[in-house]
Amino acid sequence: MAFPHRPDAPELPDFSMLKRLARDQLIYLLEQLPGKKDLFIEADLMSPLDRIANVSILKQHEVDKLYKVESKPVFSTSEQLCFLVRPRIRNMRYVANLVNTDKMAGRTRRYKVIFSPQKFYACEMVLEEEGIYGDVSCDEWAFSLLPLDVDLLSMELPEFFRDYFLEGNQRWINTVAQALHLLSNLYGPFANCYGIGRCAKMVYETWRELEEEEEGEIKGRKPEIGHIFLLDRDVDFVTALCSQVVYEGLVDDTFRIKCGSVDFGPDVTSSDKSLKVLLNAQDKVFNEIRNEHFSNVFGFLSQKARNLQAQYDRRRGMDIKQMKNFVSQELKGLKQEHQLLSLHIGACESIMKKKTKQDFQELIKTEHALLEGFNIRESTSYIEEHIDRQVSPIESLRLMCLLSITENGLVPKDYRSLKTQYLQSYGPEHLLTFSNLRRTGLLTEQVPGDTLTAVENKVSKLVTDKAAGKLTDAFSSLAKRSNFRGISKKLGLIPRGDSEYDLKVPRDMAYVFSGAYVPLSCRIIEQVLERRGWLGLEEVVRLLNGNEFAVTDMIPEENAPSDSLRLVLVVFLGGCTFSEISALRFLGRERGYRFIFLTTAVTNSARLMEAMSEVKT
Amino acid sequence: MNRTKVDEEEYWHSSKFKAFTFDDDDDELSQLKESKRAVNSLRDIVDDDDDDLERVSWSGEPVGSISWSIKETASSGGPTLEGREPLKTRNSLSSYPPLPKPVSSYSLSSFFKGRSRIGSLQSLSDALSDVPPKNYAPELRRPKGEYKDYSSDWSLSDTVRRLQKGKVCSLERFRSLQEKLQLLEEAVSVHDGNVITAVLIFLKRTLSKEILFRELEVRQVALRHLIHFLKETGDQKMLLDLFRYLDRTEELALSQYQEHLSIQDPEKRKEFLKSCIGLPFSVEDAAHVQDHYTLLERQIIIEVNDRHLESAGQTEIFRKHPRKASILNMPLVTTLFYSCFYHYTEPEGTFSSPINLKKTFKIPDKQYVLTALAARAKLRAWQDVDALFTTKNWLGYTRKRAPIGFHRVVEILHKNNAPVQVLQEYIRLVEDVDTKLNLATKFKCHDVVIETYRDLKDRQQLLAYRCKVDKASAEEEKIDSILSSTQIRWKN
Repeated sequence: MAFPHRPDAPELPDFSMLKRLARDQLIYLLEQLPGKKDLFIEADLMSPLDRIANVSILKQHEVDKLYKVESKPVFSTSEQLCFLVRPRIRNMRYVANLVNTDKMAGRTRRYKVIFSPQKFYACEMVLEEEGIYGDVSCDEWAFSLLPLDVDLLSMELPEFFRDYFLEGNQRWINTVAQALHLLSNLYGPFANCYGIGRCAKMVYETWRELEEEEEGEIKGRKPEIGHIFLLDRDVDFVTALCSQVVYEGLVDDTFRIKCGSVDFGPDVTSSDKSLKVLLNAQDKVFNEIRNEHFSNVFGFLSQKARNLQAQYDRRRGMDIKQMKNFVSQELKGLKQEHQLLSLHIGACESIMKKKTKQDFQELIKTEHALLEGFNIRESTSYIEEHIDRQVSPIESLRLMCLLSITENGLVPKDYRSLKTQYLQSYGPEHLLTFSNLRRTGLLTEQVPGDTLTAVENKVSKLVTDKAAGKLTDAFSSLAKRSNFRGISKKLGLIPRGDSEYDLKVPRDMAYVFSGAYVPLSCRIIEQVLERRGWLGLEEVVRLLNGNEFAVTDMIPEENAPSDSLRLVLVVFLGGCTFSEISALRFLGRERGYRFIFLTTAVTNSARLMEAMSEVKT
Repeated sequence: MNRTKVDEEEYWHSSKFKAFTFDDDDDELSQLKESKRAVNSLRDIVDDDDDDLERVSWSGEPVGSISWSIKETASSGGPTLEGREPLKTRNSLSSYPPLPKPVSSYSLSSFFKGRSRIGSLQSLSDALSDVPPKNYAPELRRPKGEYKDYSSDWSLSDTVRRLQKGKVCSLERFRSLQEKLQLLEEAVSVHDGNVITAVLIFLKRTLSKEILFRELEVRQVALRHLIHFLKETGDQKMLLDLFRYLDRTEELALSQYQEHLSIQDPEKRKEFLKSCIGLPFSVEDAAHVQDHYTLLERQIIIEVNDRHLESAGQTEIFRKHPRKASILNMPLVTTLFYSCFYHYTEPEGTFSSPINLKKTFKIPDKQYVLTALAARAKLRAWQDVDALFTTKNWLGYTRKRAPIGFHRVVEILHKNNAPVQVLQEYIRLVEDVDTKLNLATKFKCHDVVIETYRDLKDRQQLLAYRCKVDKASAEEEKIDSILSSTQIRWKN
């Protein structure tokens, strides 16, 4: 049960330093505005901020009152206002509104905007346009890496996905490069670098530029982390679209883990209040079940409950002295375990109830059929029925996308009829959602006979880049063909199980999807690490639309400590799921690696779909 | 993809996926319940004080966390951090002199100067003292705002590099078109979206639209940035001009259509949608937009009428089931449900009748039946439900048909708490025997289970089922009489 780490597993670097660094920098920035001030915080920054600081730290640095940046008007009496925001246009309008109201009233205050993780020129432009440039001082809080767990760093930038993969905006590329630069400064250079995807390549190049500017300073440092792997989310949409069945993923799908913590409602806590719980390696019960297939979790929890009972029972027949010992040394630990245990049992119960109600078994069956590529008709009518019955709009959309990507687009007839029914069930304004999905390549219509793509390819080879740009204008999107079937075959993503797949003793990464599918992203990483490059994967790379790279001579290998070569930093551009994290943790144990995850945000199918929706619900 | 039926069946019947099923709530859940009971039974020993445990492991929003504190500010409608009252009075005194002086003795600029000259201030060095003296965050010491460097002799690539570092850098000296384009290309070559946008803002200001559009047409990366920038800043007019110039007619139509989302007033929204109908959508989308308009038009009529009916209090259905929300801007299926609920018996000629909706929007049979069933079942109008599935053939015989499959009908009925008599009537119509048995067992329709086993001549199953029904009940009697029947040739 519960995966212990191999005894020879390399130590993880200590990422708590990142928190200290972020906190100190924030304090420095607050000190830049000496005296009492009110602090306006953007909602999206509150949870990350909570992970590294608290109110008393803010108070120590003369923050008086705290406000949330929202549409409601605020009446602050402070002489100094400080805004802690993401660099977004609407935040600038909010600030401008406040400042201009003050100006009209003849009031003079001091204003400071702190952008996190960085300032954008478009924001400054708005300040200028609104006539408050100069009235407001600007600063940057380069807080871009939040350690959510011992092996998980999040940039907490869910908008990365939409900005890059839908809009084609590259504004976060530099931010990621800066984050990598910080990591290599803190933990030594990376010996080997691999990646795939257009964005991965750009991040890599930008980051190398940064490194080269300071080459002198870090030369000779020994690497702590031997490998880094950069991966675009659109290389593998399939995995992110699947229902999650490992515990942590299931908790995320069901309750939404936000910034490393989850709100358990009264149905879980079996009391009348909700409880916000941090989910990480510190929670001993959680740590043992997080990577398990859900079916194993019950057994584990009841075993744990029995053990606990036995330990409590020992106090019977103790004499006074033993009892004293028990109370002072063991009771606290037992109590903590008890509370954790009852919470996770409550969560399991609640998950079971919800999943039984929504006929999860049928849903999983359909997903597996889509992954394997049979019974397409049946799956299509299952999806159709989902839509007709107005089951959650996100769920229906997700299944349609899964069908589209696994089949390289929907047959035009199906596309039209599913779209029509979707609009009828969930609202005509989703027309816009469909347009977005088509642009990202998540939901497309099959092009008859593929001829168009062939022509497109041929022509673009003949002409220069610029002209090709114009040609592909008709397909003015970043979307590309998914080729999932071919990739799946080449990489053996669907285990040909003749025997029963024992989920208690997983034999490969497919266990995170009940033994039905090895996550594509994780398989690519596995293969490349094994080969130290892309050699022999040419066909796969072609099907994945290229943009692969491998640089393995950044540091002479003999200079890299052997432990470092077993530490792998995986960078997910556009988000990663808990299932992928679990799968790679499993791979690590099998092969003696330890993975560190850096993601622009933790994601799941619902978040991906919501990012595509133009309709705010 | 080309697997045979046998393969598929083998697949589902092979034990590969049987390790765990979510439907099987009996075993797993009871296991869970057991552990829960065990854990709960320990409560009396442990429930004395949890507070230090709170501190140990629940750091989610403890008192003092920032999210918590903001919620407090919001709920109390005002500031909460202590010490604000005296401060307020102090501030109000000091903030009204004719020439406002900064509260602190440091002005912002003197603070900057002080820092760079002296190196540190007391309060700061305290705060920073636990940072290891490494150079990994050089910008910590030099805030970027300090670089007010308007020097104009940076080379093209230096300019872009400075922009990339977030430094202020004037672009005004790039006046020829060639320089501007070189600047843009340099920005694109460093992949930095922020810099690309900065250059675009400059180009937008200093080039005519036609020239800008013409040049961007062959620079796709930059073009995407401009489009996103225009969307974000809400410069709809220029965005539409751009799409028009690029001849991207569909995107043009869609972004115009999108504007309707910000129109709250239903009448105005309707008029706006009407104006969208002629836009250059794809054929398919044009039909959807037309439907959108028709739907809202219809909803406005229904809404006015029903609000009147409801407030008049004369109509039984509205008295018994007051409306929970307005029907405006709801999806078509919801509207159909609503009309099946409140206007089921109306003649086809009225706008609010379900049949009228079905015809106007070409709602498929399947969808119609599903929705009508849900609505009528909710009202427990079993006769309507019955009529929904009854068809007469040309000889006048009636028979039951359901375009959605009777197992779905049963599920929907069960969700709406249909009585056993109604349920079993439809379970009997399920064709597949296994499904029928499953549903009958799940919903405790004993008669159907018993009859099915009898028809299957399965004595063993019948015997087993006997244990599941109540002692001395009618069901038990029925089983006994079947078991003792000499007419049946049991297969086991």
